[in-house]
Amino acid sequence: MSSVDLALQPTASAATSKGWRLGTRTISVLTGASLLLAWWASTHFGLIDPLFLPAPASVAQKGWLLATTGYMDSTLWQHLGASLQRIGIALGLAIVTAIPVGIAIGRNRVARGILDPLIEFYRPIPPLAYLPLIVIWCGIGEFSKVLLIYLAIFAPIAIATATGVRTADPARLRAAQSLGATRAQLVRHVILPSALPDILTGVRIGLGVGWSTLVAAELIAATSGLGFMVQSAAQFLVTDVVVLGILIIAVVAFALELGLRALQRRLVPWHGQSH
Amino acid sequence: MAHLELDRVSAQYPGASVPVLQDISLHLGPGQLTVALGPSGSGKTSLLNLIAGFVPPTAGSIRLDGEPVQGPGADRGVVFQDDVLLPWQNVLQNVAFGLALAGAGRPMREARAEELLGLVGLARFGERRVWELSGGQKQRVGLARALAADPRVLLMDEPFGALDAFTREQMQELLLNVWRRTAKPVFLITHDIEEAVFLATELILLAPNPGRIVERLSLDFGRRYADGEPARAIKSDPRFIETREHVLSRVFSQRSVTQEAI
Repeated sequence: MSSVDLALQPTASAATSKGWRLGTRTISVLTGASLLLAWWASTHFGLIDPLFLPAPASVAQKGWLLATTGYMDSTLWQHLGASLQRIGIALGLAIVTAIPVGIAIGRNRVARGILDPLIEFYRPIPPLAYLPLIVIWCGIGEFSKVLLIYLAIFAPIAIATATGVRTADPARLRAAQSLGATRAQLVRHVILPSALPDILTGVRIGLGVGWSTLVAAELIAATSGLGFMVQSAAQFLVTDVVVLGILIIAVVAFALELGLRALQRRLVPWHGQSH
Repeated sequence: MAHLELDRVSAQYPGASVPVLQDISLHLGPGQLTVALGPSGSGKTSLLNLIAGFVPPTAGSIRLDGEPVQGPGADRGVVFQDDVLLPWQNVLQNVAFGLALAGAGRPMREARAEELLGLVGLARFGERRVWELSGGQKQRVGLARALAADPRVLLMDEPFGALDAFTREQMQELLLNVWRRTAKPVFLITHDIEEAVFLATELILLAPNPGRIVERLSLDFGRRYADGEPARAIKSDPRFIETREHVLSRVFSQRSVTQEAI
């Protein structure tokens, strides 16, 4: 998502550009427009069979149809809602549990000894590798999908929180102690805010992993959701729905990322400030 | 009025062959501004950390009004060298932080914080974010924050070391005024000889390997400033210059001794 990185500093790039040099943002927009044009041209002049790549217009038309009448018994909004609900519940549960676990790992030697190896052991396993086991244990209902995504999001948040807690400025902790802070007050008023930038980064990473895991899980075992929509459309070679689904999945991921960046700027305005 | 007593205090880090501090006896009383001066490695910061309770002594006792010091606490306020303000709070909240920790109500702690910001010359800075402040302003906020919790003694760890010369002089004068008004014992460490001579009512010279007190001087330049004499007049007083040169020669002789030892 480097285009977002660059788009965040339009003034900086505009200030350095002189004469014929284009702004980075303009280049990104031009790239997107050229791709769209190439897509349109290749389908319009019959270079590619619509079975493999439908025209942009027919994808847009299908999108309208999906949004109003639906596909596979559900409208686009219901599929999207099903996916967002799963990731929303999993994210909520992960935040509520992973942050305390991360604090415990960062603060307590025993907790670190017990939890750290467990998390480090399961974290590198691709979630789809243990999905079959979860299906055997918990069936193919909503619970197993939410559990899968929860596990995928939990590890990055817990690890990022532990890192943030461990790297909290010791001088700041001493300052708070000499102002009379108890252990609980230290965690609440100094350690947690110190770790907040790391926690939000963990949430961002977790959401990215969680979203890709969710869609992949829906491809395998679901009766609703964006992944299911794409998968079932592919089985009937309804390519325009497939393309549309992929685009929506990308747009949602992009929107989640942008939303979290906005949240980060709002919640931790001091991050990156020299102080 | 507060008295802080160090009785034959020693400290040694695990694995070190030479104690970082050996047999330090020291008394901090009301109206005193005690300055510890010494080269790096002489244990200045360790001495402050012992009094603040951040590290325990390996021998000897530290008592505040007769009670043994155990761990850090709000009765000993600390101003640090680097700014350690909390960036997620504004200036007023930072100053009021100690009172908030003690459970003081919002109106009370904000009124007190406003009052202290006024004392350090930062009235109407309460709503600012800490990263908008200059280095000198941050140290003023740090001083106000330490005073807000109403500590019995004030400890200052090279508080002006990172400031430019002009701001440092302003801060020294501010400190003397604040010290005069609060009458709390102040313990300050520095490696700046002129600062030490100007501020101290009791000046202790530390030497390294092991860290120990090699000389104690009773001075009155800071008190004279607090009584209204201009700073420039004091610093050009022959007695001031003589004292400064004496201290300088002591520090230098210590340094050559350590160099020979190495």
